[in-house]
Amino acid sequence: MDGVTLNVAEGEVFGFLGPNGAGKTTTVRMLCCLISKTSGEARVGGYEVGNDGDSLKIRQMIGLVPDNVGLYESLSAYRNLDIYGRLYGMTDAARRESIQRTLTMLGLWEKRDVAAGTFSKGMKQKLAIARALIHDPQVLIMDEPTANLDPESAKTVRDFILDLKKEKRTIFLNTHNLDEVTRICDRAAILNTRLMATGTLGELEGLVGGRKVVVVLAREDAAVRSALEKKFGQGVASDGPKLTLAVSDPDGQVPDIVDAVVRAGGRVRYAGVEGSTLEDTYLKLVRRDT
Amino acid sequence: MRLSQAWIVASKDFATFTKKKNIIYSTFVLPFVVSIGLPGVIWYAMHKSGGSISPPELTILLPALTFFFMVIAGLIPTTIASYSMVGEKVEKSIEPLLATPTTDGEVLLGKGVAAFLPPMGAILAASGVYMFLMDVFTHGVLGTYYFPNWNDAVLLFLMVPLAVVMSVEWNVFVSSRVSDVRISQQVGMLLVLPLGGTYVAGELGIVPLGDVNTSLYIAGILAVIDLLLLYVVRVTFQRDAILTKWK
Repeated sequence: MDGVTLNVAEGEVFGFLGPNGAGKTTTVRMLCCLISKTSGEARVGGYEVGNDGDSLKIRQMIGLVPDNVGLYESLSAYRNLDIYGRLYGMTDAARRESIQRTLTMLGLWEKRDVAAGTFSKGMKQKLAIARALIHDPQVLIMDEPTANLDPESAKTVRDFILDLKKEKRTIFLNTHNLDEVTRICDRAAILNTRLMATGTLGELEGLVGGRKVVVVLAREDAAVRSALEKKFGQGVASDGPKLTLAVSDPDGQVPDIVDAVVRAGGRVRYAGVEGSTLEDTYLKLVRRDT
Repeated sequence: MRLSQAWIVASKDFATFTKKKNIIYSTFVLPFVVSIGLPGVIWYAMHKSGGSISPPELTILLPALTFFFMVIAGLIPTTIASYSMVGEKVEKSIEPLLATPTTDGEVLLGKGVAAFLPPMGAILAASGVYMFLMDVFTHGVLGTYYFPNWNDAVLLFLMVPLAVVMSVEWNVFVSSRVSDVRISQQVGMLLVLPLGGTYVAGELGIVPLGDVNTSLYIAGILAVIDLLLLYVVRVTFQRDAILTKWK
């Protein structure tokens, strides 16, 4: 990995996008002080990654959901969480309370005495999330949390992440699921061994081509086009009754554009904002890089 | 190094071991079979085969047979140590474990303790049964109780722990190189060969295993090997290597 510079704010849900082999898991492992960085600087919660004295503090404030759940399959769900609660230095009472709370939240409390190995993939994933939350971490790092899950289980996990978002936890979501990022994240970065882009979802979507206002008229009308060019400049393209306008604020200017069409005598069948999606940006950046 | 943190890792391994029948059998069955079987062989040789064993023969035979617990000490930690390390790799549970505020040394110590205590407990308990039965069976010939004696105290409380530590360290090292529990166990068992050779040499009277000085000499060799292996294991057991290089 090279040239990765990014900042994740407290309470933010940050999506880390990239194809397989892009370095997402490597980044996560570095941030969790699991593997060493060869150069550069990284900080988590103000503590320096790679500094031996800070490593334990960083790991104390992070909850990790690795790409492989890595549960102790012969032990019960409760015992799995209890071990981790002890490793995070929680008292007996705090552990009991936290285990009950997290397992209840994830719908696993009734299964607390069942061996984790007998769980379905979705239940295992939820247990891995519960394990990461057991010590109430400030930062939650999730590596492909819905990979290999069936759609229903994936939705359950996504809904739970949205619930966590409401708790204002900082969540670093490693994924190549663009839909997941669109639904959950405030900002995202696209990685392909080096950082390709970072920003809000709107900013990323606007990186390739940008968003435009599309107006479909009842019939082709040159007068309407002329009126729109007069008001909104030369960025008007037409394809039969379909007009596409490149304007500075697509979402905000749709009512003005519709109003201008009507004043020019045109009839509007459809008006809306269209443009590049996160997928367009992702594919363009990743393909351009390979 | 926080011993409490290492103990949590060890207790986690204990909890896992109790769910694995093969670990329980391999750790506890062999020592107790030996503890009853070897006195049984002596009893049979003395009473049923028509022959007799003289007191001088017994004083060579008994310490050599007791040395068999050294062979067991090299053997039974293999299963438990292999599972402790390779099992974590197979279940992919090592990454979340290392992501907790636990140092590499604490994880290593915890796993070492978890692999050390069950074999030690089994060997000490089985040796108690063995010595009791041997005393019962040989008292008539020797006119005295052979056990306990200083040489066996050195063997059980110095040599056996050192041999168990050696086996645990060796198996941790082997486990870092393979990703299959059975292969790890098979390679790990190679350690038994020198111990078994010493046992045979004792039976043949080539090595005086009943001599305290010999036992102390062997213990010294084991201590040096333990230290060397500890260095190797400490270098091997680094989280970077575990997550990126271990097979």
